[in-house]
Amino acid sequence: MKATRTWEIILVLLLIAVVCGFGATTEGFLDFYNLSDSTFNYSEKALIALPMALVIIAGEIDISVAATVALTSVAMGLAKNAGAGPALIILVGLGSGALCGALNGILITRFSLPSIVVTIGTLSLYRGAALVILGDGAITGYPQVLSTLGNGYIGDLIGMPTLQIPIEFAIFVIAAVIFGVVLHKTVWGRRIYAIGANPIASRFSGIPVNRYRLVLFIVIGLMAGLASVLLTGRIGSTRPNIAMGWELDAITMVILGGVSINGGSGSLLGVVLAIFVLGMFTFGLQMENVPGIVMSMILGGLMIISMIVPILIQRARRNRLPKAAAAAGV
Amino acid sequence: MKNFFVRNREAALAVIVVAMALIVGLRAPVFLTTGNLLDVLNDSSILAILVMGQMVVLLTKGIDLSVASNLALTGMFCAVVGKAFPGLNAVELVLIALAFGALLGALNGVLITAFDLPPIVVTLGTMSAYRGAIFVLSKGAWMNDQDIHLSIKALPRVNFLGLPGLVWYAIITLLICWWFFRYRRTGREMYAMGGNLSAAAYIGIPIKRRLMQVYAMSGALAGLAGLLWVGRYSIAFTELAAGYELTVIAACVIGGVSTAGGIGTVMGALLGVLFAGVINGALPVIHISPFWQQAISGTVILVAVIVNARSERRAGKQILPPKGSRTQSAPMQGAQP
Repeated sequence: MKATRTWEIILVLLLIAVVCGFGATTEGFLDFYNLSDSTFNYSEKALIALPMALVIIAGEIDISVAATVALTSVAMGLAKNAGAGPALIILVGLGSGALCGALNGILITRFSLPSIVVTIGTLSLYRGAALVILGDGAITGYPQVLSTLGNGYIGDLIGMPTLQIPIEFAIFVIAAVIFGVVLHKTVWGRRIYAIGANPIASRFSGIPVNRYRLVLFIVIGLMAGLASVLLTGRIGSTRPNIAMGWELDAITMVILGGVSINGGSGSLLGVVLAIFVLGMFTFGLQMENVPGIVMSMILGGLMIISMIVPILIQRARRNRLPKAAAAAGV
Repeated sequence: MKNFFVRNREAALAVIVVAMALIVGLRAPVFLTTGNLLDVLNDSSILAILVMGQMVVLLTKGIDLSVASNLALTGMFCAVVGKAFPGLNAVELVLIALAFGALLGALNGVLITAFDLPPIVVTLGTMSAYRGAIFVLSKGAWMNDQDIHLSIKALPRVNFLGLPGLVWYAIITLLICWWFFRYRRTGREMYAMGGNLSAAAYIGIPIKRRLMQVYAMSGALAGLAGLLWVGRYSIAFTELAAGYELTVIAACVIGGVSTAGGIGTVMGALLGVLFAGVINGALPVIHISPFWQQAISGTVILVAVIVNARSERRAGKQILPPKGSRTQSAPMQGAQP
């Protein structure tokens, strides 16, 4: 428990360093409207990172999320082409996301397969299905409601134009609160930790482990569907290659947030802090015209360093302790 | 008993591969011509080399997601070195590729062993890092046909006994790996580590050194594959082979290499590669849109893992059958790696 808190303090310091660093060197970084608009770049990924944190804490992983986003977007496109209204399109988006997640969950629980292998398979399947349906084409012409959802601001919605907070970001904040409460304040949340720490012991203590797993995968599929609704609305089109590589971004957010990839530990506060650190860091680099590929290189390095640092700190402490004890003893 | 079953499973897979080839041949006789089958082999060769590297990692319960980035970075490095030093010969270039790839793999190994980090996260990180490094190394420029060293281009194309060089390198790699995994103590120890890591440590296997070797080996093979890839397609650029790591892992899984460690054979992995090769070679021949390729390989992976799981299902894991039912309850999944 203590280690997690240390990690969150490190993340806060990192966040301050990023804000001060770019604030001092990059003109226009510390502008409210710029920072507010920068959330467009990571709100959708962050919406996937939240359930991903729960899934990883439960000792599983879902690599198929980005492919789910793509397939969901295709489903919405087909619904639109069939003449569905905005509400139905959104429902199709959320529903097909949940269905993709449910297929993962059923395969994993029913056949007791490792989630990484199943989701590598469904990654190919979902992305492949999107490719088969769309080919090299695209679907455009989504209704205005979706575009507003993806591009609009809360202020415009409630008639306060100065409140320039993107709707996407507001949805993310609400979702983060919900996930935080579920994970940290409910029995369900405690059980997710228990499953991640020791699934067999959890089963013996009466937790329906597989049912939890299934629900977690449906939830992450549903959230991928939500991210897809927002993304499709924001860019106004569906292509088979949308959200390519997002699974890695979402996992990076979770790991940087201090969640152990082995399951059983981590906090949602850490994940949210990591989302902001990564989001602002990326935004700052963008303003410095760093190419995207270099940015992902830096983020990859950052993820590894973020795992090494706490281990080094721990080791340094452990080395210091015996010496201090010896000194006290003499 | 298990050994017998594993062998049976490979026979079944071999039958499926041959049956698939024959069925495609019935629809389109051109598929079964020597020239086309050679093409399929040629296309599968680089995958076979990569699969050997991935297999050794999977045996130890690890995973190496950085192979495709390693491949592309080493390929680009060799292309750049070849351009700067036109005097190098083919052997020197192969050694450079192996060494550079092994170095990248060893970096994974250091991170995994020195800090006890999970391989999946480390290689996820280095996957992005190596990919970005290609951009930094090349400054975003492409190395085109005229920039690439003649020996690199000649490597996959040399013809020996009627087979292209690429196929020979794959055969040599497979034979060395087969010998290594079957007859070398080091190779057997890698199986032991995947079977039961604690037991392996207790009987005195130097876990960390072996893990370093495993990741260096995976890296070296990825490096070799990178050199051959660049030679075969005469091009090197940042996005080269992006996402190919999933194809490699898929071929391993189809071939019966377990991601839970300790299970897998060179023969099985080779069959997994041929399976993928036949499907990829068959689609254009029987006029199925290449867009289907990914969806089909996804389905195949899922079917393969379900079949594997059925055959690997172990006793002793099932607990608490549901009330009022005499059938088996869904068995518990063991602790995640």
